[in-house]
Amino acid sequence: MSLTALFGQLLLGLINGSFYAMLSLGLAIIFGLLAIVNAAQGAFYMLGAFVAWMLLQYLGIGYWWALLLAPLAVGIIGMILERTLIARVYNLNHLYGLLLTLGVFQIIQGMFVHWYGTSGQPYGDPVGLTGGYNLGFMFLPAYRAWVVGVSLVFCFGTWYGIEKTRLGAYLRAATENPMLVRAFGINVPRMVTLTFGGGVALAGLAGVLAAPIYQVNPMMGANILITVFAVVVIGGFGSILGSIVTGLALGVLEGFSKVFYPEASNMVIFAVMIIVLMVKPAGLFGRER
Amino acid sequence: MLEPVLEIAGLHGHYGESHVLHGVDLSVGSGKVVTIVGRNGAGKTTTLRAVMGMLAKRAGSIRVMGTETIAFAPERVARLGVGYVPEERGIFASLNVAENLFLPPVLAPGGMSSDEIYRLFPNLKERGRSQGSKLSGGEQQMLAIARVLRTGARFLILDEPTEGLAPVLVQQIGKVLETIKEKGLTVLLVEQNFRFASRVSDSHYVMESGKIIDRLDREEVAGKMSRLEAYLGF
Repeated sequence: MSLTALFGQLLLGLINGSFYAMLSLGLAIIFGLLAIVNAAQGAFYMLGAFVAWMLLQYLGIGYWWALLLAPLAVGIIGMILERTLIARVYNLNHLYGLLLTLGVFQIIQGMFVHWYGTSGQPYGDPVGLTGGYNLGFMFLPAYRAWVVGVSLVFCFGTWYGIEKTRLGAYLRAATENPMLVRAFGINVPRMVTLTFGGGVALAGLAGVLAAPIYQVNPMMGANILITVFAVVVIGGFGSILGSIVTGLALGVLEGFSKVFYPEASNMVIFAVMIIVLMVKPAGLFGRER
Repeated sequence: MLEPVLEIAGLHGHYGESHVLHGVDLSVGSGKVVTIVGRNGAGKTTTLRAVMGMLAKRAGSIRVMGTETIAFAPERVARLGVGYVPEERGIFASLNVAENLFLPPVLAPGGMSSDEIYRLFPNLKERGRSQGSKLSGGEQQMLAIARVLRTGARFLILDEPTEGLAPVLVQQIGKVLETIKEKGLTVLLVEQNFRFASRVSDSHYVMESGKIIDRLDREEVAGKMSRLEAYLGF
């Protein structure tokens, strides 16, 4: 086996891991504050990619603006859904939130399959990030380096924002006791809506980042969602740092297995999930509730 | 005559299906410390929760500083300048002491500065980086009171601040309440510890089965102790 192939797969693993991390991070934030398992997260990832593609296709707006506009659009769509639909199930069992968002996921995905089919739309590398660097032991495409960098910045930025800032303290406090936080004069319902918007915007951003790497395909959300749920279970549901570290690590692990034992690469994450569930049911970073 | 800071009239409240408050009438004058006493389950905590807008089903009239708040969400009640110290203290376990202390936003000018707070509660400064869950009961109570003193709230609602505390800590809370009173703040207190309550309060409302059944002013308490004892079942 060549070293180039090894590093190539490692890089691909790191990129997939970046997407896992961003999606599961969004899930963790939303679950923390809303106690909703947002099964529509995959749809928001797909939407991010599609909005970027549509901006280019219909309006001639390129990648750099899409990087800002697509997550914004996805966040706004998410906030509208939270206000009109998801807010209605807060007082019910968690299962209702899961089923509701799963339905939303199917509807969004179904619409895009209906309009665009399942063959996928190409989206080129953005101007300024074509080509790459020869590192000697491997060729590093500029765009892929960018993706890993951006997702790391956003993941750790989000972690810092939640764990170390005043706004994050509101969020953590409201996760524990929302009524009391309201009694201090903070508008928690508005914070919940913004948090949902932020959580799905992260998925939307991952979608834009993914567009030039994979084709823009209505099924891309479904493909990644199952893995992301496994990541979330392994990391521990609701754990911020857990979702980031686990997402990246499992992406890399998946990449490694593609080199050493390709047949297992599709199931290695699920094998890890089963082992973690047996040994530490709350997940690696999770706390028993 | 100043307008009352709190004026409750004909307040009814429900927890789910059960009717808990049956027409509560109560008034708290500006700068006064008023206590609600009564046995367990009389509806004292529920009354405070209703005032804070935290009781989902409520009807009647609650006027806070002249504003009708019966339909207000908790955050709107708070922004009128109300500070709430809940039962069980409500310290956030995932936040450290300093984060807990600085969590409630400033509602109005005139709140205590951090220096004043730390002078009044020296322990909180030493323990700033400890997690909220690591504090002793007394420290948690001090923190719960300290964090609303920072906000500039002119009206404080305290739910059993002495519950489960050793006598020396109860005394300390008493001193804090005196300081609060000297600053001209208005306080509504729920308290099981009547000896503590009688030292700091200007008047006492006795609550039973979701209603106010009697009111005693400070100077009446000594003469009518036997009546109170009958109410409270000492």
